[in-house]
Amino acid sequence: MRLLADAWAYLATADNWTGAGGMLELLVEQLLLTVTALAAALAIGLPVALWLGHLGRGGFLAVNISNIGRAVPTFAVLVLLSVGPVGTAELGPYGRAGLATLIALTLFALPPIITNAYVAVREVPPEIREAARGMGMRGGQVFRRVEGPLALPLIVAGIRLALVQVWATATIAALVAGPGLGRVITDGFYRSNYAKGLAGALVVAAVALVLELAAALLQRYADPLRPGRHTSVHEPRGEGGTAATVST
Amino acid sequence: MTLLAPTAATDAAPSCYSRVVNDWVCLDYLRDRHDELWDATVQHLGITVAAVLAGLLLALPLALIARRFTRLEGAILGLSTALYTVPSLALFPLLVPFTGLSPLTVVIGLALYSLTVLVRNALEGLRAVPEEVRESAVGLGYSPLRLLTRVELPLALPVLMAGLRVATVSTVALTTVGAIVAYGGLGNLLASGVQQDFKAQVLAASVLCVVLAVALDAVLLLAQRLLTPWTRGVTG
Repeated sequence: MRLLADAWAYLATADNWTGAGGMLELLVEQLLLTVTALAAALAIGLPVALWLGHLGRGGFLAVNISNIGRAVPTFAVLVLLSVGPVGTAELGPYGRAGLATLIALTLFALPPIITNAYVAVREVPPEIREAARGMGMRGGQVFRRVEGPLALPLIVAGIRLALVQVWATATIAALVAGPGLGRVITDGFYRSNYAKGLAGALVVAAVALVLELAAALLQRYADPLRPGRHTSVHEPRGEGGTAATVST
Repeated sequence: MTLLAPTAATDAAPSCYSRVVNDWVCLDYLRDRHDELWDATVQHLGITVAAVLAGLLLALPLALIARRFTRLEGAILGLSTALYTVPSLALFPLLVPFTGLSPLTVVIGLALYSLTVLVRNALEGLRAVPEEVRESAVGLGYSPLRLLTRVELPLALPVLMAGLRVATVSTVALTTVGAIVAYGGLGNLLASGVQQDFKAQVLAASVLCVVLAVALDAVLLLAQRLLTPWTRGVTG
């Protein structure tokens, strides 16, 4: 297929990667956007969700925020922000419309983080919570030493979901002439250079898969009950426990 | 904020959506451009419905295959989930070599995205059918096809419909990205609105998107109630 060959040629040309506005710069820009937005969403969403989960209140909010998040297109949020008060000014390493993109992505990342973290803490079996209280643990201790570790895998699953989706969604910043690799795609499209657009799409998709795999590894590491890891939960383990560590 | 000087000779009183005023909320805009808004909404609705239906038609056989051949289950679920990690702005261009700049590009892309939720829920729904119920139907002489259509699918419907609602609402939102190939329904208005700094258009298109998502969700909820009268419990 001709187009694929052209796209490959575009990817194989070093000049397309280096220099100002090269794909490498855009890739770093988009990674920076993704990480910053995710960090902001974690800083905002995690404490609230964990606290509500610990108290066992606000389930309505935690569930519905996901539904609202799904119904509001991130593209619309991005456009509203950049046409509106936030504007499309240059923001340091985040590029043109950096602030609007960061806010839109942070809002986008909040629902999966909040919902997963809330559900994670809620789903700690009540017997375990009771047992911890019975041992004389105070609220904070129950949270730190029991609920937290047990909830961690699901919380990390939420972060993994958010990470990959934020990376993927960051590309649409290009639709408001914003930062990131999406610009390669839109440039290629609007200038009828489809090979370039295709090349950009391939890079974005490839990085998405790499992030997904990296996050999957991280998630496996975060599971306190994964075989072979020493935890405070004393469970009889089979002899396979240590052997499995090698594979992780 | 940069306001461009009016290009043409201005009227005595510029309308609230002229470049000089550029209000967010502008009834004149809604009145004057309602044809454009209507067309975009219809396109949006058409793309969404076509994509979700196509997704459903693909998801059901995939779920049946995954259930029948358990060895393929991991592969099918994994693949349908992996599709979701491909960014929508990247997926549409990837499809263009095959489908060209047409609504079909957007419909296929969105149908593939909907598989993530639909295959999983269809499989879970089918799994939730109690084994005794299945065996009784077989004992009554139901053929495999009749078992599927008369017993299993109806019983899987609540879980399947839950997935369908999630997929539909997400698809409404994602359709906007179709603006990259000029078939994004209300997304086209968002894209041209941001280029022209046209506030009334941007707000109207955004609100219509959310309204469309909520309306479709309500329709599906209603359909689910009507299709599964037994889940409402015994009423006096």
